[in-house]
Amino acid sequence: MPPLIETRRDWMALLAKAPPARLAALAPDLPAHDTLRAPEIGAIMLEGRIGGTGARFNLGEMTVTRCSVRLDAAEGHACVQGRDKEHARRAAVLDALMQGGEAARIRAEILAPLRAEAAAARAARAEKAAATRVEFFTLMRGEDG
Amino acid sequence: MYVAVKGGERAIDAAHAWLAEERRGDPAVPHLSVPQIREQMALAVDRVMAEGSLYDPDLAALAIKQARGDLIEAVFLIRAYRTTLPRFASSRPMDTSAMAVDRRVSATFKDLPGGQVLGPTFDYTHRLLDFALLAETGVPPAPTAPAPAEAMPHVTGLLDRDNLIEPEPRCDDAPGDLTRSPLELPADRALRLQSLARGDEGFVLSLAYSTQRGYGRTHAFVGELRIGRVAVEVELPELGFAVEIGEVELTECETVNQFKGSRTEPPQFTRGYGLVMGQSERKAISMSLVDRALRWQELGEDFTGAPAQDQEFVLSHCDNVQATGFLEHIKLPHYVDFQSELELVRRLRAEATAASCPKEAAE
Repeated sequence: MPPLIETRRDWMALLAKAPPARLAALAPDLPAHDTLRAPEIGAIMLEGRIGGTGARFNLGEMTVTRCSVRLDAAEGHACVQGRDKEHARRAAVLDALMQGGEAARIRAEILAPLRAEAAAARAARAEKAAATRVEFFTLMRGEDG
Repeated sequence: MYVAVKGGERAIDAAHAWLAEERRGDPAVPHLSVPQIREQMALAVDRVMAEGSLYDPDLAALAIKQARGDLIEAVFLIRAYRTTLPRFASSRPMDTSAMAVDRRVSATFKDLPGGQVLGPTFDYTHRLLDFALLAETGVPPAPTAPAPAEAMPHVTGLLDRDNLIEPEPRCDDAPGDLTRSPLELPADRALRLQSLARGDEGFVLSLAYSTQRGYGRTHAFVGELRIGRVAVEVELPELGFAVEIGEVELTECETVNQFKGSRTEPPQFTRGYGLVMGQSERKAISMSLVDRALRWQELGEDFTGAPAQDQEFVLSHCDNVQATGFLEHIKLPHYVDFQSELELVRRLRAEATAASCPKEAAE
């Protein structure tokens, strides 16, 4: 995958997965933009694989909101989980801004804190899970031997 | 037969107004907010999402509130809402091996890469009412431990490596979708799993239990049960590449089942699979047992007439919205139907009386 697409995938994921209120606090004012597709609520079908690895099957749907905007020469797109239209618009505008001259500022002021907070939240849960990991102390474990 | 009748409007309006009042309950008690339901009735929310077949915790919580806690009614509300949504796309098949695991246990291997992680489970609780919750004052923080960077591969992968379990080869054919075209029988495994994933937990549980008691026995071990969050990736047509747009909590169960082999297959273990939205291991285990029982034909096993082996029986009756709709419609006016039955019974009785006592009838 070309590096530009890889980095765009990364920031789009951060924006989509950000808690809407937190994203609004980090980017309260949006610049003027044209709306290509107003925020629209819909569903995507979630697919799984039989046995985790095999044939695809449909598990059920999930609500999403999508939005597309134009800002100067750039098109910004977003598809976010849930039904928050402001979240979708904000993510689309930031996607457009990330393609222009403000990218470095947005990366530092918005994406970096979102990334850190998401990692912290994930780590906090993983640490609670780790505390519930069973240690079979009466039996020899591979790493003890 | 149904007859159009008029005259119920005032009664119906009054019934709805009273329902609204009863739903609210005693106004002296603070009302329940949707976030409260979402956070503190999370497993009810999960069940409504799974059987409503729509992942949206806020909407499921709202449905529970509106339905006064009647979860099947709440599932109905979610299903009705779901039909109003345009379908934008399908996700990429979710990768459960990359799950951020809250819980992961195996009943088949004690020591396995990633370990046994109990997570926030009711298991090992004493099932004694906790009267302290009557006056909840906050909970102490759960202990933490450094999280290992170790990967958590699927247990069945370990058996697969040694060819001891039937392979589950990757296949990328688009699966059938029972929300798009009516379910036709026999249904393939993908459609059966879609149907079971949204099926009634109680019904699927009972069927699974029946297999354990001997009605289509499958000798299942829980190879692995895992609960956690999985990334959802969608290809956006505007971009032509896939983007991670969110995360869903899933419960996955893989059973390892005895199989003595067939003419074409050597003795090896076989698989049952369950995947459910939210946190519901009862449902996920049940689903995988029923999935395995339904595979008798493909594995060359005998059909013993057990309900759990009969896909017409299982798939036609596992949907609680369908079942409720048909069941409850019989309480609606059937005045003309019943009139005709009444006429018929009267006539038969008159004929029977005339036949047994012709003399009396003649008089």
